[in-house]
Amino acid sequence: MACPSVLSTVRQGAVPSRRRRGIMDWQYFTELFLGGLTRGSIYALIAIGYTMVYGIIELINFAHGEVYMLGAFVGLIIAGVLGIMGFPAPAILVIAAVVAIIYCAGYGYTMEKIAYKPLRGAGRLSPLISAIGMSLFLQNYIILAQTSDFLPFPRLIPDFDFLEPIAHVFGSSDFVIVVTSALFMAGLTAFIKYTKMGKAMRATAQNRKMAMLLGVDSDKVISITFILGSSLAALGGVLIASHVGMVNFAIGFLAGIKAFTAAVLGGIGSIPGAMLGGLFLGLSESFATGYISSDYEDVFAFTLLVVFLIFRPSGIMGKAKVEKV
Amino acid sequence: MKRFSGLVIAACLTLLTSTAFGADTVKIGVAGAHTGDLASYGLPTVNAAKLVAKDVNAKGGIDGKQIELLIQDEECKPEKATNAATKLISDGAVVVLGHICSGATKAALPIYTEAKIVTISPSATNPELTQSGQYPTFFRTIASDDAQAKLGVDFAIGKLAAKKIAVLHDKGDYGKGYAEYAQKFIQDGGQAEVVLFEGVTPGAVDYSAVVQKVRQTGADTVMFGGYHPEASKIVSQLKKKRVKVNFISDDGVKDDTFIKVAGADAEDVYASGPQDVSGLEMNKAAKAAHVAEFGTEAGAFFDAAYAAMQALVNAIDKADSTDSDKIMNALRTENVDTTVGTIKFDARGDAEGVGFSMYQVQGGQYVELK
Repeated sequence: MACPSVLSTVRQGAVPSRRRRGIMDWQYFTELFLGGLTRGSIYALIAIGYTMVYGIIELINFAHGEVYMLGAFVGLIIAGVLGIMGFPAPAILVIAAVVAIIYCAGYGYTMEKIAYKPLRGAGRLSPLISAIGMSLFLQNYIILAQTSDFLPFPRLIPDFDFLEPIAHVFGSSDFVIVVTSALFMAGLTAFIKYTKMGKAMRATAQNRKMAMLLGVDSDKVISITFILGSSLAALGGVLIASHVGMVNFAIGFLAGIKAFTAAVLGGIGSIPGAMLGGLFLGLSESFATGYISSDYEDVFAFTLLVVFLIFRPSGIMGKAKVEKV
Repeated sequence: MKRFSGLVIAACLTLLTSTAFGADTVKIGVAGAHTGDLASYGLPTVNAAKLVAKDVNAKGGIDGKQIELLIQDEECKPEKATNAATKLISDGAVVVLGHICSGATKAALPIYTEAKIVTISPSATNPELTQSGQYPTFFRTIASDDAQAKLGVDFAIGKLAAKKIAVLHDKGDYGKGYAEYAQKFIQDGGQAEVVLFEGVTPGAVDYSAVVQKVRQTGADTVMFGGYHPEASKIVSQLKKKRVKVNFISDDGVKDDTFIKVAGADAEDVYASGPQDVSGLEMNKAAKAAHVAEFGTEAGAFFDAAYAAMQALVNAIDKADSTDSDKIMNALRTENVDTTVGTIKFDARGDAEGVGFSMYQVQGGQYVELK
């Protein structure tokens, strides 16, 4: 904070001469739209994990953002090893993503068994506290096992020639992020819709006790839920880390909070809702930055959340719950 | 029985405090970020303090008293800094080397001011800390932010012929202070225009919208106030989105971690930082001692921290006392040879004879521009 006299000079003079090309500048609009799409895809990937877990066991898994961070770290380690062995960058990206997904799926599975399963009958607050503990544990584990510093993440996504004419708007990493996210989300939707396990998940989400009575192995369903959610978060971690080129133990926190916001916006418990919520949040942040000010990026995101909670508490896709008597 | 045990506790406490008063050590507090994101700014100061203390203790201490270091980590977080300050004072620190970040320093200073504890920061550059006159016991061995902003603006307009400058910051005390002074100097100069003045959110997933906005404003130069994590993200996204601008920043970015993280994208970035004093004999000796003692090269603010510690030791020595007024007087009147040159402090607490230079990343390292 500077002294008041400086501040007043600053405020008076701060009339930026932007929008030379008018407010309805479609190119600028497109740039912001595509930037928001990239960011929104990542939010959506993480938000799915929140919403699936909530849908099935009504737990907000606050350690989910940390799985995203772990995914980025695993990706970094694999990329480092493969880089030394001389693999080409796209191959490294694919292998790193696959290994990160497998590793984090294991983490998600174990996390559920250690931190949440023993508390299944224990009301809603205990698992929530356990989740916060898990989140702190994982962050500190990375500080101890890796570093508290920022680490460079190799640029694994090469510049595609066919995107070069529009690289200033939508580069190859944006392309890869959006396409990969879309593919994985489509895959997940198909899994939920058409497989037996998907059916069991939907049944458990609707009414766990009833599903159990009808022979659904709810422990298995919950494990699969954690595995799927963690896999998507890990994928998000690897993609965004190679997009921005750095990782750190703390990246999961803000990303996790934003993704959680996206999940609530979309209607927590609903998978299409999480996807829509993620895109909605990413796009609105991008437009808020572009047309208003990035000073208010977070203010905007969370105001949106508050407005939604007041006027449409069940979110975009969520159904208002009828209290069962 | 209850009363008796109360008496025993009281007796124990009295004993404890009396040993503290009778101790034949000079306790010097060292506070800053020693863990967390910004540990790379704080740890070199701890090392500098240890080296000076070892050196002085080997020569018999200050007036026969050994230096004892009290090290407190506050992660550059204001709320933890106040705790650290309270802890140091209650542990009996005579003077404090620190804190590291401006925000944390500002939070801790009212506590030191009240307790009349002299503090010297090697790195807190917020102008208000000395210029406001609120903290008479505060000194620093680094020039303040407006000095850096002035240098940055003069460089942008004079050397790079900047006409349209986008000023960004990270909304923190340090970064916003730099940005506001830069904006003020640009507008006062009248030779260039501020086309954008905005804060970015530290830790955001990406900065593509801000980068597009920079392009939209047609800026030829970006001035950024803040630290290296945000700077490396912005720099690499500027490159990625093919926005060609000069990037000028502050000494929060003039850190080797920035080059390590941003890699090739760091090339050509300008950042101001303390003058290169590596030619001084005392400086070379201190750096060599660091390598010998810790096995690594000294990090950010090491010189200023070493100098601050030398100034503290010298002041206590010359004052022949641990009385704050006498120490402050010695700091203001006695010249002391340090790793940043021969310095003493002015009435406001700023070191006379220290300043900034502009550096540029060339071939993967910062090179001072003459």
